[in-house]
Amino acid sequence: MKHRTFSVLFGNEQEPPHTARRDFLKQSSLLTALALAPSSVVQAAETVFGGRASSAAEPIPVVIEINGTSRSLSVEPRVTLLDLLREQLDMTGTKKGCDYGQCGACTVHVDGQRVLACLSLAVMMQGRQVTTIEGLAENPEQLHPMQEAFIRHDGFQCGYCTPGQIMSAVGCIREGHADSAAEIREYMSGNLCRCGAYSNIIAAIEEVKKGGAKV
Amino acid sequence: MEESAVKTGQIGDPLNRVDGRLKVTGGARYAAEYNLPGITFGVLTTSTITKGRIRAIDTKAAEKAPGVLAVVTHKNSPKVPGYEAGTDNAQSRVHGQEFRVFYDDRIYYNNQPVALVIADTLERATYAASLVSVTYNEDKHQTNIKTQTEKAFKPERPEDYARGEADAYKTAPVRIEREYHTPIHVHNPMEPHAATAVWEADDKVIIYNKAQGVKLAQKDIMKSFDLKEENVRVHSPFVGGAFGSSSRIWPQEMAAILGAKKVGRPVKVVLKRDQVFNMVGYRPRSIQKVGLGATADGKLIGVTHEAMGLTSTYEQFTERIVHPTKSLYRSPNLNAVYKLVPLDLSTPCWTRGPGESSGSFALESAMDELAYALNMDPLALRLKNFADKDPENDKPWSSNYLRACYERGAERFGWSKRNPKPRSMRSGDMLVGMGMSAGIYKAERTTASARAKLRSDGLLVVQSAAADVGPGTYTIMTQIAADTMGLDVSKVRFELGDSSFPQAPPQYGSHTTASVGSAVHDVCVALKQRLQELAVNKQGSALYQASADDLVFADNAIRLKGRSNGLSYTEILKLNNLPELEVTKESKSGPEKEKFSTKSFCATFIEVHVHPVTGMVQVRRVVSAVDAGRIMNLKTARSQILSSTIWGIGMALMEEGVIDHRFGRYMNKDLAEYHVPVCADTPDMDVILIDKPDPIVSPTGAKGIGEIGMVGFAAAVANAVFHATGKRIRELPITPDKLV
Repeated sequence: MKHRTFSVLFGNEQEPPHTARRDFLKQSSLLTALALAPSSVVQAAETVFGGRASSAAEPIPVVIEINGTSRSLSVEPRVTLLDLLREQLDMTGTKKGCDYGQCGACTVHVDGQRVLACLSLAVMMQGRQVTTIEGLAENPEQLHPMQEAFIRHDGFQCGYCTPGQIMSAVGCIREGHADSAAEIREYMSGNLCRCGAYSNIIAAIEEVKKGGAKV
Repeated sequence: MEESAVKTGQIGDPLNRVDGRLKVTGGARYAAEYNLPGITFGVLTTSTITKGRIRAIDTKAAEKAPGVLAVVTHKNSPKVPGYEAGTDNAQSRVHGQEFRVFYDDRIYYNNQPVALVIADTLERATYAASLVSVTYNEDKHQTNIKTQTEKAFKPERPEDYARGEADAYKTAPVRIEREYHTPIHVHNPMEPHAATAVWEADDKVIIYNKAQGVKLAQKDIMKSFDLKEENVRVHSPFVGGAFGSSSRIWPQEMAAILGAKKVGRPVKVVLKRDQVFNMVGYRPRSIQKVGLGATADGKLIGVTHEAMGLTSTYEQFTERIVHPTKSLYRSPNLNAVYKLVPLDLSTPCWTRGPGESSGSFALESAMDELAYALNMDPLALRLKNFADKDPENDKPWSSNYLRACYERGAERFGWSKRNPKPRSMRSGDMLVGMGMSAGIYKAERTTASARAKLRSDGLLVVQSAAADVGPGTYTIMTQIAADTMGLDVSKVRFELGDSSFPQAPPQYGSHTTASVGSAVHDVCVALKQRLQELAVNKQGSALYQASADDLVFADNAIRLKGRSNGLSYTEILKLNNLPELEVTKESKSGPEKEKFSTKSFCATFIEVHVHPVTGMVQVRRVVSAVDAGRIMNLKTARSQILSSTIWGIGMALMEEGVIDHRFGRYMNKDLAEYHVPVCADTPDMDVILIDKPDPIVSPTGAKGIGEIGMVGFAAAVANAVFHATGKRIRELPITPDKLV
């Protein structure tokens, strides 16, 4: 297995636009703290704090622009963007493959950059623009050039990783990482396809890139 | 792609997938994506020990947690009548007692479900599931096949086979005897297994699940809950990959059904990725011994294949591990033995090329070793032992283009440029190796039915309870119907994945196209017959009393040969005052098929580059030549072989479910640690489809294509690695540590 491209997690190395670095750091350290706390510690805290721990799960208001529509939502801080989309908003086009940021099936765009929705808490999306597969094309009647290319090149079989592959493929071109098949192979390696449609996916991305259409 | 080719959609055309738009827009809904009114979320709590009994299970904290509706355990689970009835081994597909969810206090394997926590949101259920506290009386477990081989037993459904004399290879002038190992493979489809259950009445349940066979799932649920066929509806129109792992009813279905009974609302249960590793089957580890003996000029005299696979302690899972050996080569003497070793693991399950993929690794590696022992070209050795008829039963092949696979594959690959000496070829710093193998896989057809309904608006709706887990069944069935009816593909809609549709076999064993495709073909022929009768028997019809020989079916109409006048299908309905016309047809093969051996074949040629210092192996180039009968869709068929290639690379180089035997628990139960091929592992791939119709297997000429490309693949990689390095790796996967 080749080394995966982890820049997928927070887009590329650039700082996300419209985000103060301080906020970003705060969110990161919150995530780190959560990730590093052993479950015994969490459990102990829950025992000690009793009801107060559950109040940490009280919904808080958040405004997110999803596919061009501003949504005022009330979400628990522990809800991921992925589960918000799939379970609360019934936008099931974004897929859950692993829930650990290892497969890329949940790739969406946040402020234009590819991001893993399973590793993003919904509350982190305050004021951000989220684009999912349902909102990729300019209008519901049309397909995005990448969607068309995936159909033409048979870039999928079961179709489950496909929305994530397409969102990632668009990101790959936008980032300037689709200049050769070799480069596409590297920068698409964060999106697993168990049906093994990789060669057709590469062909689809190459075609869209060479076609020069705006993605 | 020519646009004209895309539009006509006749059999063979590289038509784009008809479900493509739904899949690229996120519109296709998979098992976990039915957000029904009143939906609740079930999360499984699983055992932390491998074998023993539950001493106590404390659910109080979970039950008190916000939003929790119920916690189901063996203490309070609704009863499952089928669990009490015992197993009817004459009927069941796996011998033994199926795993019974929330049945009693016994633990058979690690990470076994012990409780289902149901809450009003996923987050609340997930949190509450962590509050279930279980204590155990632990027994000593065994999960390592290598230390338990003395427990090997002959399964109740034996696969042993013999012709001629046993162990005749030992008397041959040139012989090899080797042991090969294959690891646990976990299917890991991208879509985690999921089920949503709704009880519509006390005796009526609907399941939205991930099923390779909705009729099979329906039957299992009917049996478990003692329900009538019309009261169990299984709905699975889209399956996010399965590869064998959705060919049984598993804990997520049973838990959802039991949970829904408990709370009186729909319950959705989605497995977490780590739960996919041991609740929904896997390819079992194997230990195989192969002995091959030949004359000095390479003619096989004797073949012995002894295989051992693991199974659970409660079921005997057998697979077709010695099948390629029985039929691939002409050898007068052959004996094959297959034994099982029971371990404290969940029951394995059919995994793409089930048995054949592991068995062919041993056989085709051994053939390469024999070729080197003979100082003979590996391809020449295979040609020398080409079987003109199936040596297993002396039946003629229904069709066999394996020679064409060898010839065209070798030519495209440039096999003749290979210097046979190991470690003789280089590209820059990298060692270059070339290897090849052959593959054989059964081409079967079973009884299937389809319903065709021609509507007054001209749309033909064809239904069958088949599945499309990715190969393109929606598309090729549409093509078969359109081609047979003389309709444009835009006028055909094929529907599947619903147990209320006519009977179809599950999508495994590469037999959907031959079985369901035949039913679709036959029902369309029957529909044409009905249309013809309606057209020629109706007074006032332009075709009144026309002779059948003078009629042609084309362009959505019946016409007189060589003339433009005729009647469109919709005009025929109108003329007869019919709002629609419906025909259902069952289709099965005749007695003729029994006279033949029916198989698909392939030859695989592989070039690897191996880094001489680090031992890193890259598959750089693959040529797969495949005889799968007539090809229904050149685009989707090619994709099936590309898919087998990626699977073959995973099997050869990286995939292995690793268990820490001290705890009986998987150590790599996620997609970062269980390595599967990624985009960067993609080689240059060349697919040769022989595309010759088989006259026996099915009326469309199709055999089967979903698995054949994997058979022998891992051996071809191992053979190429040997050629590159001079090191023979007999235990998969071929990881760098084995080469340095």
